[in-house]
Amino acid sequence: MTDITSRGYSHPDSLVSTDWVAQHLEDSGVRVIESNEDPLLYPSGHVPRAQEVAWVRDLNDPVRRDYLQRAGFEALMSRLGVTPATKIVLYGDKNNWWSCYALWVFQLFGHTNAVIMDGGRLKWEKEGRPMVREGVKPEPTRYAAQERDDRRIRAFRDDVLAHLAKQGPLIDVRSPEEYNGTRLHMEAYPNEGALRGGHIPGAANVPWARAIVPDDGTFKTAADLRAIYEGEKGLKPSDDVIAYCRIGERSSHTWFVLSYLLGYEKVRNYDGSWTEWGNLVGVPIEK
Amino acid sequence: MSPSAVGAKIPAGLAEFLADLEALGDRSERIEALIGIAKRYRPVPREVATPPYDDLHKVPACESQAYVWAVPQDDGTLRFHFAVLNPQGISAMAMAVILDENLSGAPVAEVAAVPSDIVYTIFGRELSMGKSMGLMAMVTMVRAAAERAAAARS
Repeated sequence: MTDITSRGYSHPDSLVSTDWVAQHLEDSGVRVIESNEDPLLYPSGHVPRAQEVAWVRDLNDPVRRDYLQRAGFEALMSRLGVTPATKIVLYGDKNNWWSCYALWVFQLFGHTNAVIMDGGRLKWEKEGRPMVREGVKPEPTRYAAQERDDRRIRAFRDDVLAHLAKQGPLIDVRSPEEYNGTRLHMEAYPNEGALRGGHIPGAANVPWARAIVPDDGTFKTAADLRAIYEGEKGLKPSDDVIAYCRIGERSSHTWFVLSYLLGYEKVRNYDGSWTEWGNLVGVPIEK
Repeated sequence: MSPSAVGAKIPAGLAEFLADLEALGDRSERIEALIGIAKRYRPVPREVATPPYDDLHKVPACESQAYVWAVPQDDGTLRFHFAVLNPQGISAMAMAVILDENLSGAPVAEVAAVPSDIVYTIFGRELSMGKSMGLMAMVTMVRAAAERAAAARS
């Protein structure tokens, strides 16, 4: 693991180290927030003073398939004791996959003062840093958010169809088995929530976790990341890229990598992803 | 889904466990109970399997890299063992303990009647799609082993 500033990232300030977090636990201008896939992890122990944003409970609309609206986001941020000036440090399980997802949603509402703790929960734990079970109840704030802006970093199915028509680059970040559509054919096991398997025509397959150093969950250097996305798959920083996975969670991780670590200026996450595309009538599919 | 809604008879121990968990009501109490259960997780003993584990035992769709073994017992029942390779897969560990403690030694016909969606009774509806699929796949593998054992006996 190398120092974040020496890895060649376009926006190295989008990451903070575990050392930095340890030094800022008492900083009133910083809020540390854990976001996991596993609902038992945060209550089993977390970074001292960290709060939790539970993805399903806190960021999703409870009825329709969408994210929360402005009022819901304001209520969430107020509950967390956050103001627009607060620096939010997100971390979590699974190589920060869910914390990147949370960061992506925060961006939809314009809370840009948010960073990822490099290495996430895995690195913090491996370093033997303190974990506590006590929750935090901050003084609620009055947080005013902008309306959710889906245009810049979110793609809908019609955007994907238009992208396809102009042969724009797509990155499918699922496993090769999902990309090839073979997992759907496993008998007696739950499918991937889609009637058809395969991928969007022309999409390149880069499983999301290839961006990570497995031992400590940190992000690979910019040179290593470029070797994957540009060397192997031919992307360019000027490209208009759409990333997708199954429901948009893993692809938010790749969105973070391309946007913040490699400096791509036009990357969108198609959160409808395969659970939408693989169920749509009549759209093209490639195997 | 309450255990009484299951319809087909499931092992009494599991039904009682689910009823106890539902009686807790408060989400934080249920989470505390599940964290306590996960602490009882022990990986598959070496006499049953040693790493690297055979993919035949791997739970598909489980991001926590869970494995299941069903060892036939002299009385015709099965003893279930699990391995969860992801050290942060605490829900998968809790699920492994619940399945072992409540289904090992139970009549295989009853184990074969356990529905996969007990996952929602246990963990609540707030699971991500991926997490619920992985946990349900653990139940499916256990049930499939019981179905094979029951078919072999008939």
